[in-house]
Amino acid sequence: MSVLRPQDQLPGLNAATILLVGTDDALLQQLADAMLKEDCASTLKVHLAQSLPLPSNVNRPRIDLIVFVVNLHSKYSLQNVEESLHHVDATFFLGKVGFLATGAGQDNHCSIHRNTVLRLAHTYRSPLFFCDLEVEGFRATMAQRLVRMLQICAGHVPGVSALNLLSLMRSSENPFLEDV
Amino acid sequence: MDETVAEFIKRTILKIPMTKMMTVLKAWDFLSENQLQTVNFRKRKESLAQDLVLLCEENGVSLNDAALLDIIYTQFHRHQRVWDLFQMAKEPGEDIDLSDMEQFKSSFKKILQRALKNVTVTFRDTEENAVWIRIAWGTQYRKPNQYKPAYVMYYSQTPYAFISFSQLRSNTPLLCQALTIASKHHQIVKMDLRSRYLDSLKAIVFKQYNQNFETHNSATHLQERRLGLDINMDSRIIHENRIEKDRVHRVTQEIFGDYSQPRLEFAQYKLETKFKSDLNGGILAEREEPLRCLVKFSSPHLLEALKSLASAGIADAPLSPLLTCIPSKGMNYFKIKDK
Repeated sequence: MSVLRPQDQLPGLNAATILLVGTDDALLQQLADAMLKEDCASTLKVHLAQSLPLPSNVNRPRIDLIVFVVNLHSKYSLQNVEESLHHVDATFFLGKVGFLATGAGQDNHCSIHRNTVLRLAHTYRSPLFFCDLEVEGFRATMAQRLVRMLQICAGHVPGVSALNLLSLMRSSENPFLEDV
Repeated sequence: MDETVAEFIKRTILKIPMTKMMTVLKAWDFLSENQLQTVNFRKRKESLAQDLVLLCEENGVSLNDAALLDIIYTQFHRHQRVWDLFQMAKEPGEDIDLSDMEQFKSSFKKILQRALKNVTVTFRDTEENAVWIRIAWGTQYRKPNQYKPAYVMYYSQTPYAFISFSQLRSNTPLLCQALTIASKHHQIVKMDLRSRYLDSLKAIVFKQYNQNFETHNSATHLQERRLGLDINMDSRIIHENRIEKDRVHRVTQEIFGDYSQPRLEFAQYKLETKFKSDLNGGILAEREEPLRCLVKFSSPHLLEALKSLASAGIADAPLSPLLTCIPSKGMNYFKIKDK
């Protein structure tokens, strides 16, 4: 399948799977390790991909949350994410997609403006997180947030759905971009 | 004893870091074991230097001995200077002359002394048939300036010399000429290779960097590596692009090999090409003159950084041959023109 759809498969029992998409393999690996260190009632699985579409001949569980990781130091990583977004079905963007921008702390290495990723996240109506994945403390906190978000997206938190979470997070968005 | 020599020795000793002090003095071999034992090395450097200078005076130190100490200091701190590669050539048809090292040294010294009345030339042999030459420049009327020397490292059975020029640049042609004539060559050319790391330059020039001691073929090696990686990795992490990752790893290995790369700090590309653009029109397109542009890559360890670009996801593999040809071509300055 060249396009990822959220309801293409039946969910696994107590399983929650996240897909991290980004060019910075080392950072994705570290984030994955940090997420798996968290205490979680659900069975977590982390899939790492450089880009979409994913290879088609593989058996994989249902993906509950996709996080696109953009490295602000690399235009190539933004380009890669933009191209990968074409391979995600529109229904995924109802709370099951997030953007993560790393590298904002080193301003002189940034070749992508903050507004570019803000606009990207706004276009796809999905939350955007800024987190310097290279710093262990920030990475651990981000991992915690992602695990909670993943549990909600997988439906493991009673009373809260992915769409609920999305509308809750939207109210704190930058108001000036609403007009764009 | 000449006061300038004493001052020169004192200043050289003050440059030596305390951790290396004993090693350097022993390598110099001018002060005896007994004399070194009488010195208190825990003193402050200023007074330690004065004690050592007094001992040197007792032994009757000469300018040559002092220059030798400077050479040894530089040998231990070769990365503090920038080294250029020079290649000499003989006349076509000339036989390889197995010239005598002593003959070379006396000839070199004579040529410089004939041109400039005041010049200090000191030699120190090393293993591998190489000699370090230190030259302190003066003029017809002024004594040599011992604090701005030039250094040459010459491999006698090869046409290669590594030169680190002094700040007194006007003597460069004379130095090159002396080197060429004394070694019985016809001409000398500056190659496009420069770095602080003399040992890496040597490795590149003499093709010693690809010491690969792998005995089994690379495919099985990759398998073993991958198994090793899997054991450490959590089975809950799945790499979707495993095939691509392996391909990138394999291509990188093929190009860069398994060994550690020689150390360079930069690569510079001077472009003199016409601007090519996919977009029609535009300010830079359709110009007759080439666009002049300089691209410089710098890094504490350039080749290792280039090697890790593809696996870090910053560049596609295989890398441009302009980057990967650096050790094999032995250049880190490039001029790129339209064909």
